Amino acid sequence: MSWILLVEQTLNGLQFGVMLFLMAAGLTLIFGVMGLINLAHGSLYMVGAFAAAAVAGATGSFGLALAASLTAAALAGVVIETTVIRRLYDRDHLDQVLATFALILIFSEGTRWLFGSFPLFLDRPEFLAGTVSLPFGIEYSKYRLSLIGVGLAVAAGLFWMIAKTRIGIQIRAGENDREMIGALGVDISKLYTLVFALGAALAGLAGALIGAIQSVQVGMGEPVLILAFVVIVIGGIGSIQGALVGAILVGVTDTLGSFLLPKVFSLFLAPAAATSVGSSLASMAIYILMAGVLLVRPKGLFGGA
Amino acid sequence: MKFRKLLVSVACSALFAAGAQAEGLKVGMITTLSGGGAGLGIDVRDGFMLAVEQSGRDDIEVVIEDDQRKPDVAVQLADKMIQSEKVDVLTGIIWSNLAMAVVPATVAQGKFYLSPNAGPSALAGKGCNKNYFNVAWQNDNLHEAAGAYANSADLKNSFILAPNYPAGKDALTGYKRFYEGDLAGEIYTKLGQTDYASEIAQIRASGADSIYFFLPGGMGISFLKQYADSGVNLPVVGPAFSFDQGILQAVGAAALGVKNTSQWSKDIDNATNAAFVESFAAKYGRLPSLYASQGFDTANLLISAMGSADVADQDAFRAALQAADFDSTRGDFAFGPNNHPIQDIYVREVVQEGDVFTNKIVSVGLEDHGDAYASDCKM
Repeated sequence: MSWILLVEQTLNGLQFGVMLFLMAAGLTLIFGVMGLINLAHGSLYMVGAFAAAAVAGATGSFGLALAASLTAAALAGVVIETTVIRRLYDRDHLDQVLATFALILIFSEGTRWLFGSFPLFLDRPEFLAGTVSLPFGIEYSKYRLSLIGVGLAVAAGLFWMIAKTRIGIQIRAGENDREMIGALGVDISKLYTLVFALGAALAGLAGALIGAIQSVQVGMGEPVLILAFVVIVIGGIGSIQGALVGAILVGVTDTLGSFLLPKVFSLFLAPAAATSVGSSLASMAIYILMAGVLLVRPKGLFGGA
Repeated sequence: MKFRKLLVSVACSALFAAGAQAEGLKVGMITTLSGGGAGLGIDVRDGFMLAVEQSGRDDIEVVIEDDQRKPDVAVQLADKMIQSEKVDVLTGIIWSNLAMAVVPATVAQGKFYLSPNAGPSALAGKGCNKNYFNVAWQNDNLHEAAGAYANSADLKNSFILAPNYPAGKDALTGYKRFYEGDLAGEIYTKLGQTDYASEIAQIRASGADSIYFFLPGGMGISFLKQYADSGVNLPVVGPAFSFDQGILQAVGAAALGVKNTSQWSKDIDNATNAAFVESFAAKYGRLPSLYASQGFDTANLLISAMGSADVADQDAFRAALQAADFDSTRGDFAFGPNNHPIQDIYVREVVQEGDVFTNKIVSVGLEDHGDAYASDCKM
């Protein structure tokens, strides 16, 4: 095993991590600000991917496809917030889980009805095809490198928005005391709709960006949703920093785990058994990480005192 | 007491059967109709129902349920179908882990199970059962043919990967059984994994001269798209599952030229197959996949058995199934001693016809091929 391979795998983990961050950021905002568990967040990711694939198929433009994914996911977010989610803020988490689970089924069947059961095709833009040569002889996929860039740029933009802008102040205030900012004249329901649409748009963007290198199909959001929940549990609920750190931890652990563990086991087991045991353990790695973090910090890494 | 009642009823129905047309039959189909693997289940169902419709019989009742690719859901559905729906025959399961959860209990309760897809090794060897028939393949089969093809194509250092579940293990075992070269690497990935950056990096660093992978459904699309973009230009060999009609459009040009092994292809030259491809396309507006052909063949096998025996007379019905007296879309088809297929397995190449990506047969990989587990089967 050369160190070049290790660097490449770390980059892969980082890329996986920043994409998870786009999912987890929306999820944690909605949970932190509104106290709502939204299981349908993965469906918004799927909506973004399908909108991008449909528009790219019709126009051939990746830029338009990205715009479509943001718009479609944000619109879907606004529609479900005003029709369904709004009624759930005062209910307990079990009702929220039940209702948003129903939304998953509705979105999945709706998408199947619109687009059919077979996966759609979405290609990355031509100028991002192939690999780029990094220093020290590392060859890395241009598209994945730009995913890392986009993810980090979005993270920076979110931090700036939360820390410096008026809407960010309102969001932070809403997290701490929603009655008080209502009393100060902020339109709470508009704020909630806005936060929900923002979270949805982030999920939709992640769906479109990932859809270009994976399959765009019904149900694609659910496995990512589980990982996004792991991320916010590790990072601490409601914290954007937590989401970023948690996402990168999960991404790197998962990638390096599935790469290194089989090799470790092959030192003392037969190759077939080693790959089998190592791979099984690797799929558990992020949950072991989560359990470890919760042992030390029960509220997650950035989950307050 | 109960046993005597059963005997009497069996004798009565046998009497009826001898005189007139056999009694009707109820089929329970548990297959994957939602989530990531839905395309496969939908094709099996559509192929099956097409054959039922074409048979013109109105005495076949089919109850269809969605297992969502979850073993626990599949087990619940099987219980429901056996206990409250009182089906005679179960079929439909796509995934080997679900088949392992459902099939043993089903046949232990005296029902027939006809597998239109999953063929785990555990059910072909020591775990075989006289009421379990596989109408698709034993899991290893297509991979064995790929191993044989790799030798003939002079591939000497393959990197192999498959998901970490029963069919994935069968796949790599099957490939290694026939492949004579060295292995540059061997990886088991997560089932349902969609990001293969880590695996592709390892392939790049391994010095392999070719890649063999088994990643059914969406997993294969993701792998191929990422592989095509990685700059690693080694020849790829795979079983038909990642190069089949349902997903080739989504993979696009990344799959062109890839060799893959299959027991079925739309250009197999026989009248049954030509009629199947044409009528499937006419009814559903898309080309059939190998899953569709497997569903179609499963229904036709069942219909052929109904023609000569009543399902209430289990021994006669079993013998009628074993005879496999139906026109398969694959051409020659017979059951081996463990009720698994003996059939030709072809090597296909992904080609473009107009703007549709599809396969054409380039050679026969293995002729009249059975499976490696038949000798362990005692029944």
